[in-house]
Amino acid sequence: MSGVVVVGASLAGLRAADALARSGYSGGVTLIGDEPHQPYNRPPLSKEALLEEQEFDAIRLRSSAKPGAVSLLTGVGAVSADLGRGLLFLSDGRELAFEGLVAATGLRPRALGIPKPSGGVVVLRTYEDLLRLRAELAGVRDVAIIGAGFIGCELAASLTQLGYRVSVIAPEDVPMLRPLGEELGGALMRHHLQAGVGFGLSRLPVAVEGGERPERVVCNDGSSFDAQLVIEAVGSSANVEWLEGNGLDLSDGVLCDERLRFGGDGRFLAAGDVARFPNLAFDSIPRRVEHWEMAVDTGRYAGKALGRLLTSGEESPAFTPMPAFWSDQFELRIQSFGMPGLVTDPGQIRVLEGDLDGEVVVGYHREDTLVGVVLVGFPQNHMKYRTAVSESLAAGVAPA
Amino acid sequence: MKVIVDLNKCNDHGQCVYSAPEVFSLNGRGELSFRDEAKDLYVSDELDESLRDALEEAADICPMQAIEIEG
Ligand SMILES: Cc1cc2nc3c(=O)[nH]c(=O)nc-3n(C[C@H](O)[C@H](O)[C@H](O)COP(=O)(O)OP(=O)(O)OC[C@H]3O[C@@H](n4cnc5c(N)ncnc54)[C@H](O)[C@@H]3O)c2cc1C
Ligand code: SF4
Repeated sequence: MSGVVVVGASLAGLRAADALARSGYSGGVTLIGDEPHQPYNRPPLSKEALLEEQEFDAIRLRSSAKPGAVSLLTGVGAVSADLGRGLLFLSDGRELAFEGLVAATGLRPRALGIPKPSGGVVVLRTYEDLLRLRAELAGVRDVAIIGAGFIGCELAASLTQLGYRVSVIAPEDVPMLRPLGEELGGALMRHHLQAGVGFGLSRLPVAVEGGERPERVVCNDGSSFDAQLVIEAVGSSANVEWLEGNGLDLSDGVLCDERLRFGGDGRFLAAGDVARFPNLAFDSIPRRVEHWEMAVDTGRYAGKALGRLLTSGEESPAFTPMPAFWSDQFELRIQSFGMPGLVTDPGQIRVLEGDLDGEVVVGYHREDTLVGVVLVGFPQNHMKYRTAVSESLAAGVAPA
Repeated sequence: MKVIVDLNKCNDHGQCVYSAPEVFSLNGRGELSFRDEAKDLYVSDELDESLRDALEEAADICPMQAIEIEG
């Protein structure tokens, strides 16, 4: 019998498998993942799990399906797939036949192609990465973080709180520039500076110097930063190689339509960080969204839609979620709704409430439409601004 | 069916409110309003079966994995 295979046993894959099992589909659901663990939660890796030395149990994700409804295979990867024949080839030599497939293989961190020692340079995406980071921190005083995105900034905050001297090195002139814009990025940078984080911005690292372990990071402007440990947080690439050979567009994740289907076939869907899809609430441009909540929403949608198709032959309506993202840095909770990163013109980014050096709400506009908001603090106002974005989008966007 | 929220795990993200507004809400300070009634663990009264889908969605979307459905 050929059931549904969900490839990638993390957040999106688990939610897809759970939703499928709950949908009444009875053909069998197999969830396979190449990590040696049960599904677990990644956001704590740069926050609570690092600060509070949490162990695996604290970050394990719970399944909401009935026990036994999903068969979980861990420690095995998908090596390739033949969509035409409905066959998946696994790293242990097995073949699985399927009538439906969900691709939820996520991302892996990039590493910079600069000279560096063999030890003391790490990335952070998996639980093993966290264990390595903890081990590598022993005896370290100065840490250099390359990359000033959310993960780099969260790590800077957590490690500063743990007493390390942290420098953040990146080409942009303020941290979190692309998602937040110059002004809010600058305000958050002032907060980090006050808390003791060092920044080496507007420059590129060209080498990590040292013997077996790092001693310093040298940049293209001649500056250098002491570091006995270097963390690369410079973005990621999508895990799509296993889908090659099927004529798909895999140039940046798995290209999907507005129903998360790929290859023009309703039996194949993608979910989570790997899915590049148009959200018609905004426009018709396909994008990948690296948000925890989007992994849940896409996973649930994919599981439900596939369950419905395979049990009743019915298609599901287009998937038009409200993106939401949070980040914790020091005592600050940064919460975004919508797609603030769509707006790059500083004139279209305005403070809606509060002020940049305290609690603030920033609005991101495309012409007259509020396409995103970012709140720092103001927890009581989340609902109000989330609603403001969805109402503005509903009023302003012509269907694509 | 009951819903149980571990208020020590809950970080007042409020995501549950969008999924199941019939059950979850935030108080004026932006905290989960169950905090006004309970300290460590909130256990609801018996809830209507029609809410199951919404509650499962809330449990799935809670970033802190603080919500459990019993029964
Ligand atoms: C340190 C860190 C902090 C974060 N903090 C936040 C935050 O504060 N807020 C927020 O909104 N988001 C945050 N995120 C992002 C969030 O965790 C991701 O959006 C989410 O994990 C995406 O889930 P996913 O299931 O799509 O992909 P992933 O979690 O990447 O899972 C993909 C899984 O597939 C497996 N896999 C890959 N290839 C194969 C194969 N061929 N065969 C089998 N299995 C395979 C991988 O090993 C992995 O287990 C953070 C991420 C990290 C790394
Ligand atoms: S989603 Fe979870 S963390 Fe957020 S308020 Fe609800 S229970 Fe608390």
